[in-house]
Amino acid sequence: MTTLSIDHVSRWFGNVVAVNDITMTIGPGVTGLLGPNGAGKSTLINMMGGFLAPSTGTVTLDGQPVWRNERIYQHIGIVPEREAMYDFLTGREFVVANAELHGLGAKAAQKALATVEMEYAQDRSISTYSKGMRQRVKMASALVHEPSLLLLDEPFNGMDPRQRMQLMDLLRKMGDEGRTVLFSSHILEEVEQLARHIEVVVAGRHAASGDFRKIRRLMTDRPHRYLVRSSDDRALAAALIADPSTAGIEVDMSEGALRIQAVDFGRFTVLLPKVARDHGIRLLTVSPSDESLESVFSYLVAA
Amino acid sequence: MYDPTVARLTYRALLGRRRALILGALPLLLIVLSVAVRALTGADDQTASDVLGGFAIATMVPIIGVIAGTGAIGPEIDDGSVVYLLSKPLKRPTIIFTKLIVAIAVTMVFSAVPTLIAGLILNGNGQQIAVAYTVAALVSSIAYSALFLLLGTVSRHAVVFGLVYALVWEALFGSLVPGARTLSVQQWSLAVAHKIAGGDLVTSDVSLTTATVLLVAVTALATWYAGQKLRTLKLAGEE
Repeated sequence: MTTLSIDHVSRWFGNVVAVNDITMTIGPGVTGLLGPNGAGKSTLINMMGGFLAPSTGTVTLDGQPVWRNERIYQHIGIVPEREAMYDFLTGREFVVANAELHGLGAKAAQKALATVEMEYAQDRSISTYSKGMRQRVKMASALVHEPSLLLLDEPFNGMDPRQRMQLMDLLRKMGDEGRTVLFSSHILEEVEQLARHIEVVVAGRHAASGDFRKIRRLMTDRPHRYLVRSSDDRALAAALIADPSTAGIEVDMSEGALRIQAVDFGRFTVLLPKVARDHGIRLLTVSPSDESLESVFSYLVAA
Repeated sequence: MYDPTVARLTYRALLGRRRALILGALPLLLIVLSVAVRALTGADDQTASDVLGGFAIATMVPIIGVIAGTGAIGPEIDDGSVVYLLSKPLKRPTIIFTKLIVAIAVTMVFSAVPTLIAGLILNGNGQQIAVAYTVAALVSSIAYSALFLLLGTVSRHAVVFGLVYALVWEALFGSLVPGARTLSVQQWSLAVAHKIAGGDLVTSDVSLTTATVLLVAVTALATWYAGQKLRTLKLAGEE
């Protein structure tokens, strides 16, 4: 059992607060750290990995401090977001070097390379690797000592769908084996596919924590706003407002469009095209006006 | 204290094609210069001492020290790949000590060896001049490597600061301002060389005792401090 505890951790850089009083406990299994870009995910992961001192608060792994404690790395594997990784080495040389630094040999390196299915390209220079291949070799270097805690910063960035699936399978397997796996992402769907448990961070604050489905429901059930243009805006507005899925409609004269607020997302998306067809109205524009992750997240923070 | 894997990675990074070319350029220039001087003026002890003292010790050794010392760690910190060393159960002073050994070895090979060859070309080691300056190059390689490794650990602009120190402080102030000479790796190493060479062809402004104490103290302090800085090195996030 490996538990990573973040206890009232804050981190500021000069006047900027990157992480604001976050407390969370990461246990065995796969946990997703979700938040928009710039939310403080990397800062948090850097503190979890012992590369950054918290300004206040503590980060511990099974009671051991992570900061200024080199021995803790016997139990931690890290997949950093940054690309740089001794490009002049071959994939095999890189993973072997990582194994040696843990006091292990070529055998452990070979096993890790096999796990990430990189044996076919292991003797090529890393400088010739695609982003997905780099990611997998980074992964091998983090797995070489079979750590009980694996930290991955935006691991799916730049991967093609097949590579993404492979890595997800691998992480899922590691979680099932009882390891503690934490990965960060700003993409909802990625987290949804992989993690049952998620931690949401928005603007440096801990916004939500718990079962993914519950949080996802919170996200989908929030009021959605749409901008709609049609061949007959007023007739469409009258027909839509009769249904309980629509909470409000504004006729925006300057835009020549309807601003619709829907409370039941699922029902509204079915209703809109049906109503339009039944009334012989042509839909010209249907665009969600607050679908950005930031607005989804800020709704969560307010909830 | 010494980790062979860290050493191997550092050697490979330092002796990559482009850096090796830069490291080799100055020694090559020294040897070409020595051949030309010998051909034009014949073997002369004073000329040999001027070339070795003025170019090899005053310019070439510190510049090679800058390239090897800062290059042993600076680029890794800059691009973030040092994370692969730091995320290991490896004492931070071990990383620094190993990188220091590599930087010293590289600086010695690229500065002391060509100094010896140039000395032999210039006057065939008459009055022990070639050996004296070679020893000076070896001694200063150690101190420069330690100083510039520390600089590479604490600053992102290590090469610029290093070159300013090597060229402005050592070469310019060292020859113009008498006080600056006491705080000059070059003068310390010349004090050692003075002991070896016959006569007054090699001179230094500091005594051998002062020089030895300062050389040891600077090397030890710089190495210790670099180890401490690496323990609390903050890897900047992408955000």
